[in-house]
Amino acid sequence: MKFIRDFMDKIEPDKKSSPFLHTLWDGIDTFLYVPDHVAKNGTHIKDGMDLKRTMIHVVLAMQLAFLVGMYNIGHQHYFALGLFPDFFSGFGAKLVYGLIQFVPIIIIVHLVGLGIEFIFAAKKGHGIEEGFLVSAFLIPLIMPPAIPLWIVALATAFSVVLAKEAFGGTGMNIFNVALIARVFIFFAFPGEISGDEIWVAKDYTALHHGFNSLASVFGSSDFLSINAPAVVVDGWTGATPLSLAAKAGWAGVQDYTVQIAGATYHPYSLSNLVLGNVPGSIGEVSKLAVIIGALILVFTKIGSWRIMLSMVLGAAFMSILLNIISTMSPDFTNPFIAVPWYYQFAMGSVFFAMAFMATDPVTASGTNTGKWVYGFMIGVVGIIIRVLNPAYPEGWMLAILLLNVFAPLIDHIVLQQNIKRRLSRVKA
Amino acid sequence: MSDVNTRKLLSDPLLDNNPITVQVLGVCSALAVTGNVTNALIMGAAVTMVTAFSNLTISLLRNYIPSRIRMIVQLVVIAFLVTLVSLFLQAFSYDLSKELSVYVGLIITNCILMGRLEAFALGNKPLPSFLDGIGNGLGYGLILLIVGSIRELFGTGSLLGFTFFGEEAFHNIAFLKSGFFHAFFHNGLMVLPIASIFILGIIIWIQRSKNAELVDIS
Repeated sequence: MKFIRDFMDKIEPDKKSSPFLHTLWDGIDTFLYVPDHVAKNGTHIKDGMDLKRTMIHVVLAMQLAFLVGMYNIGHQHYFALGLFPDFFSGFGAKLVYGLIQFVPIIIIVHLVGLGIEFIFAAKKGHGIEEGFLVSAFLIPLIMPPAIPLWIVALATAFSVVLAKEAFGGTGMNIFNVALIARVFIFFAFPGEISGDEIWVAKDYTALHHGFNSLASVFGSSDFLSINAPAVVVDGWTGATPLSLAAKAGWAGVQDYTVQIAGATYHPYSLSNLVLGNVPGSIGEVSKLAVIIGALILVFTKIGSWRIMLSMVLGAAFMSILLNIISTMSPDFTNPFIAVPWYYQFAMGSVFFAMAFMATDPVTASGTNTGKWVYGFMIGVVGIIIRVLNPAYPEGWMLAILLLNVFAPLIDHIVLQQNIKRRLSRVKA
Repeated sequence: MSDVNTRKLLSDPLLDNNPITVQVLGVCSALAVTGNVTNALIMGAAVTMVTAFSNLTISLLRNYIPSRIRMIVQLVVIAFLVTLVSLFLQAFSYDLSKELSVYVGLIITNCILMGRLEAFALGNKPLPSFLDGIGNGLGYGLILLIVGSIRELFGTGSLLGFTFFGEEAFHNIAFLKSGFFHAFFHNGLMVLPIASIFILGIIIWIQRSKNAELVDIS
């Protein structure tokens, strides 16, 4: 491996004469090797985990959700067409379709976001900051599969410039960068990110022709060949579990059926919801994959288990409260509040928000007590927005952004209380 | 009074001493009335008239107003002028006046007015005060125009009510009826007043990065 080190040393550009090239070189160099410059004075705790190494753990933790989500794009597409209704049949075709739909989103987010980061880093004269590494993987995961690429590019540019660089770059942002990208689309182009029509990706007629001609050359195999109709559907509309629950409660979710190619399916059975065999934003569909990611974060001590646990407790507390209200006044007109509290976790993106959004160390509270309050309030506010506000189908994005604002205040109060307690001990 | 100073009174508030981006006054109305260019222009003109003539009046009266009640006198003058503008709008452009009625009435509370009266008119002669009022009104109007054009163009695809993008664009001009002008998505964020905050913030950001003297980190 020494030849890489030698090569990097040989091609290092001059910092004065070509700042842009040096920034690029520095970014690649620190990506490959842990930087060797150390603090000059004072006592420091030495740890191999610098920011890039921390960030990459988060990226690794979300890989399972990433893969399941990608495969699920293909599965939902073929399911809507009436082909391969079982989750694992037509594996290759679904995987390739998911790749073709998902990879452009990732590429565009990286191009736009890293491009802006690079320009700002060169202007400011310091190295490329690592923060976008995680945001660039989170943004594609919270987009619906049918999102137009130019909207993704616009939202990424908006969030990187206004939510991050305007505040001073990595570690200085008040709001979660990935969620700002989503909230931008939510208000600017609401039809592209919420509603019933966007969760299943649309057709790729050329792709199907390609598969069929491959099959005619190499003979029919189950891996890629499918008998797709020449013209596939233009779009597919299906109610989401949350909109069904808002109309008819948990029974409405369970009783929902779709008729595809003469067969009747119950798409939102509990196992489907947990395993991820449902339409939804790319990364959040599989609760199981997301929880495994959350456990990786907890065991590597990257994500705070206090925030995760207290957020679940907050959501459970608020749901139970709403259940009690619904039993006390049965003529309450909103059927969503009667949904049993444990089923609230099966719908929507509560676990994804918990694992990857709420635990962002920059925008969350820093003190341990503060983390409990912060997570609990996200759970409470998220359920309130989701259940009681008919205008917003899902509450976690807005709840986390709201609590991002309050995180410094929570920390301040915790610190002041601590100081007050210790001062009273001095006086006594 | 030299010519250079006269010119500075008019040109300074447009850029280096802009009432919105540098003094950060009158932001509330800049958020509310910039949904389209027409409203922004009318509002800019109305505020220019009110600042100019209230500056002139207060400057004429400055040696006679007891300082303890000067705010009340200023408010009376401003209220009179705002009523005048409001009645003028109702007489000559009734539809616009209905649309803008609340905001024109609320010019009274616009911080630029009291700010310029307190900071300038109370201590200067009538002519410079009048010019300062016009300058500040124009500086306000300029920012409103910029924000209003961006919001109207990206929010609804039109400018001054004339459609540039979307289904209706150039529907009677054959060679412009291309896909480029028709493929347009309404940006819902631009229709909301929140968009003005972002646009104003970006304008302030650009202005202060160009002119380091304006950066006021305390």
